Amino acid sequence: MKALTTIQSRFVPVNIENIDTDQIIPARFLKATTRDGFGKNLFRDWRYYNDDASKTRADFPLNMSQFDGEILVAGKNFGCGSSREHAAWAILDYGFRVVVSSFFADIFRNNALNNGVLPVQVSDEFLQRIFLQDNNTELTVNLEQQTIRINSTGEQEHFDINPYKKTCLLNGYDDIDFLLSNKAAIETFEKQRV
Amino acid sequence: MAKSLFEKIWEKHVVKTIDDGPSVLYIDKHFIHEVTSPQAFTGLNKRGIKVFRPQQVVATADHNVPTLNQHLPIKEELSRLQVDALIKNCAEHGIELYGLGHPFQGIVHVIGPELGVTQPGMTIVCGDSHTSTHGAFGSIAFGIGTSEVEMVFASQCLLQSKPKLMRINVDGVLNKGVVSKDIVLYILSKISASGATGYAVEFAGSAIRSLSMEARMTICNMSIEMGARCGMIAPDETTFAYIKGRKFAPQGAEWDKKVAEWKQLFSDTDAAFDQEVFINAAAIEPMITYGTNPGMGIGVSETIPTTETINDTDRSGLAKSLAYMGLEQGAAIKGQKIDYVFIGSCTNSRIEDLRMVASFVKGKKKADGVEVWIVPGSKQVEAQAIQEGIDKIFEEAGFQLRQPGCSACLGMNEDKIPTGKYCISTSNRNFEGRQGAGARTLLASPLTAAAAAVTGVITDVRELLN
Repeated sequence: MKALTTIQSRFVPVNIENIDTDQIIPARFLKATTRDGFGKNLFRDWRYYNDDASKTRADFPLNMSQFDGEILVAGKNFGCGSSREHAAWAILDYGFRVVVSSFFADIFRNNALNNGVLPVQVSDEFLQRIFLQDNNTELTVNLEQQTIRINSTGEQEHFDINPYKKTCLLNGYDDIDFLLSNKAAIETFEKQRV
Repeated sequence: MAKSLFEKIWEKHVVKTIDDGPSVLYIDKHFIHEVTSPQAFTGLNKRGIKVFRPQQVVATADHNVPTLNQHLPIKEELSRLQVDALIKNCAEHGIELYGLGHPFQGIVHVIGPELGVTQPGMTIVCGDSHTSTHGAFGSIAFGIGTSEVEMVFASQCLLQSKPKLMRINVDGVLNKGVVSKDIVLYILSKISASGATGYAVEFAGSAIRSLSMEARMTICNMSIEMGARCGMIAPDETTFAYIKGRKFAPQGAEWDKKVAEWKQLFSDTDAAFDQEVFINAAAIEPMITYGTNPGMGIGVSETIPTTETINDTDRSGLAKSLAYMGLEQGAAIKGQKIDYVFIGSCTNSRIEDLRMVASFVKGKKKADGVEVWIVPGSKQVEAQAIQEGIDKIFEEAGFQLRQPGCSACLGMNEDKIPTGKYCISTSNRNFEGRQGAGARTLLASPLTAAAAAVTGVITDVRELLN
């Protein structure tokens, strides 16, 4: 997993609430057996008409040339629905390292963190402030400080993250290494519960 | 100290707790399928390690399989490669696979309970959000991502933070024509599609207690649609009677010992919950969704909400949802024409669901221009339906009985609803494009779906019941 410390970047606003993982990556693109290449189908049915990659929807932010950056900003309850980790893989593969919303679904939050994508949960008010900024505005997300700042205005908010997950992300560690290091304790647990 | 059902099970599975961090939670059963496991096996192979406890893993092929001609090779190449990868991975790691052609094959959340693998007091995971289904037996059961599938393969454990606790109490007697699917769609319409995010939900109350195991599974299945980490129901005599005698159920003296343990699995009288919800069962009518998340549901006799009348959660999305659905604010839902009927999915594809549909449609015919797909949850459900002659009733009604799989619930295989068409579906999600790009899904109970199949429009099934 790639470590993440500070991201300073412009952002892509998708101001829609309850974005489910079927929208992030539709089921018909889940047939791969690797983790690569999902970015091209990120938000597939909102990006194109009739599932045709030559017919882009001009009004969808990913297709608007003025928006760019490593930060995706979306409406509340982002990532609800299916547990497909392909949603996190698609977001990462497209080039995002941070998703900002005022509420995240649990499974998506875990999947993102397990892939080096940082979910930043902000207040509804702060989210609306971000949506009001123009397309040249940069955001700074500082994981060490757990802060997100709108650079042009200086407005800043603190965000929460589990301290263990923060350490993992700052260093690029994953849970499997940690669990494997606990094998002896797990085997002891198995023996004791029988 | 008084403990909840959730806490009693959780505490028995904590291997250790990290300071300021999550717990190492031991997992009893791990179900896998072809879509969310290949990358996890690849991860193991890269690390050069094997599955730690293969005898605690059960595999099946369900998401991506055809529901016609399952005896033939899968035509779609990517689907076939994914199913082949599962076969190879299970063989290499010593995992029991109930693949295509096996008499136990079926939707992962249907076969676990019907084989008796799912038991009270367990921790159960699967790379599928509807793993919450297994909570109906009084277990902690939740969906995980593929990285977490790899973690469980490697260590039989996960790192988990304890969720908050919610209890949803449903008391009273259900009205005629109202079934468990209506209960859960009603709860969703009250608390919204994010109303239980961050919570483990226990369903309790007299209306829940009176339900069969299959009906309880329908409710726990959709707890993820409220955002819940898991849904659960305390086990009771109904639970024990369902499990007894099933293939992997405990036998003899072991059975008595287990039942004695299971009887301790309930929330103590003074157990604390972070939130409690109270629902009057008698207030529930047959439900139907009109929008593009499962919280957007109404009683079948009601009108579609308007920007003024809708709850705060769904207000901002209402116009977009209705534009997608081709429906109008304030309009009646009853009488809306439908094109397809899908009766299946891990929510409603069990034998009781098929019996409910069969008893309603016996002697009736489907409406002209409507296509009806019945997709049983497993080979065992299919065999039972045939043994009971339910297949004949469907045939006479013009319904197509297909072979087991997830099918049109998510349209990964060929079973897709065409763009712009309306499908009344017993599945769990009405998201945009869920059943096929541009497909318009209305979620309902098997009974309400059967009524629409016969009339061709959204119908209040109560008007057709004697």
